Amino acid sequence: MIRHHLTDDILMAYSAATLPEAFNLMVAAHVSLCDDCRARLEAFDAVGGAVLDDICDSAAMSDGALAATMALIAGGAPVNVPRVARGAGVLPAPLQDYVGGDLDAIQWRPVGMGVKQAILPTSKDAAARLLFIPAGAAMPDHGHGGLEMTMVLQGAFIDSGERFARGDVEVATADLAHTPIADIGEDCICLAVTDAPLKFKSLLPRIAQPFLRI
Amino acid sequence: MNGRQDNARPDWVSQVERVRDHQDREAFAELFRHFAPRVKGFLMKSGADATLAEECAQDVMATLWNKAHQFDPARASVATWIFTIARNRKIDLLRKQRRPEPEDLPWGPEAEPAQDDALALQQESEQLRRALSELPDAQRELIERAYFGDLSHSEIAAETGLPLGTIKSRIRLALDRLRHAMR
Repeated sequence: MIRHHLTDDILMAYSAATLPEAFNLMVAAHVSLCDDCRARLEAFDAVGGAVLDDICDSAAMSDGALAATMALIAGGAPVNVPRVARGAGVLPAPLQDYVGGDLDAIQWRPVGMGVKQAILPTSKDAAARLLFIPAGAAMPDHGHGGLEMTMVLQGAFIDSGERFARGDVEVATADLAHTPIADIGEDCICLAVTDAPLKFKSLLPRIAQPFLRI
Repeated sequence: MNGRQDNARPDWVSQVERVRDHQDREAFAELFRHFAPRVKGFLMKSGADATLAEECAQDVMATLWNKAHQFDPARASVATWIFTIARNRKIDLLRKQRRPEPEDLPWGPEAEPAQDDALALQQESEQLRRALSELPDAQRELIERAYFGDLSHSEIAAETGLPLGTIKSRIRLALDRLRHAMR
């Protein structure tokens, strides 16, 4: 059962399309696993629909716009395309789109101490990466300049006395230096998104930082 | 507030169904006349120029035709469904980014969706629209800006000169009032 959810701010910003791509990916991945947040997101979309329906500044379409649109459609019948099915893998479908498959398609790069990461191709205003933390190991000690959200995909981690399991999201802000530790039972795989680079505290990872792009 | 409070507003569901089942061009024209200018206005408020907004609004309406099978009246109003299509096109066109979408629910729109569910959802959507239109202007404007202005909370603060905390609490207040009005 998911205990740590997305905030209203993030859900509304996803609905309004004001988030960077990496954060959109976090929301899409979490909502794929969490029916509670899906319902809250649909409520924000409903507000968006009401705003659209009642907009004060509608703009007249050009003459012939309807005919032009009919030409776009070319009279074809609506096609019943099957919707994106709920995936069977560990990665939710929106993540599989970025990875090109499930866990075995991830191109891991070692970060040190058995921790691995894979940076996902998103727009540059924020970064998304998958993290692999061996069972019982600590994520390298880090703080960050901005907002960081981490969602567990496999296994679990403990941070500041709280346990985060599959689907749970931890939100960390700039002033929080934290050290998630993977639960002993299983290797932990997470999706982490940040709007500023992670700052690792120990010397070695900091030197490596420019090369790792983290 | 804006004088658009007529009771007998169509919910547009039957028009979408006529497009889906019969490729009904008259039903599509009705949807087009209502929604295309709204989508165009939405895109212009989001920073598109008139030419791009026009082109994109046509594209959104064509998507409505092509994807009519995906509309589920038990889960969204027609306005909400079109809003999500327009929002996604906005990201494609204005920001040139991919738009990750959640997985769909394991069940799709049913061949014959539960009529009660669809009716309840459509009525709630109308209540929400009315509650929004009855909000005080200042609050309504903030909600519109959040959805259409492509402004973050902090950008709204910069534009209105209001501190961030005030903006956040005002949006929250407005949403609380919307929720309250829907009870």
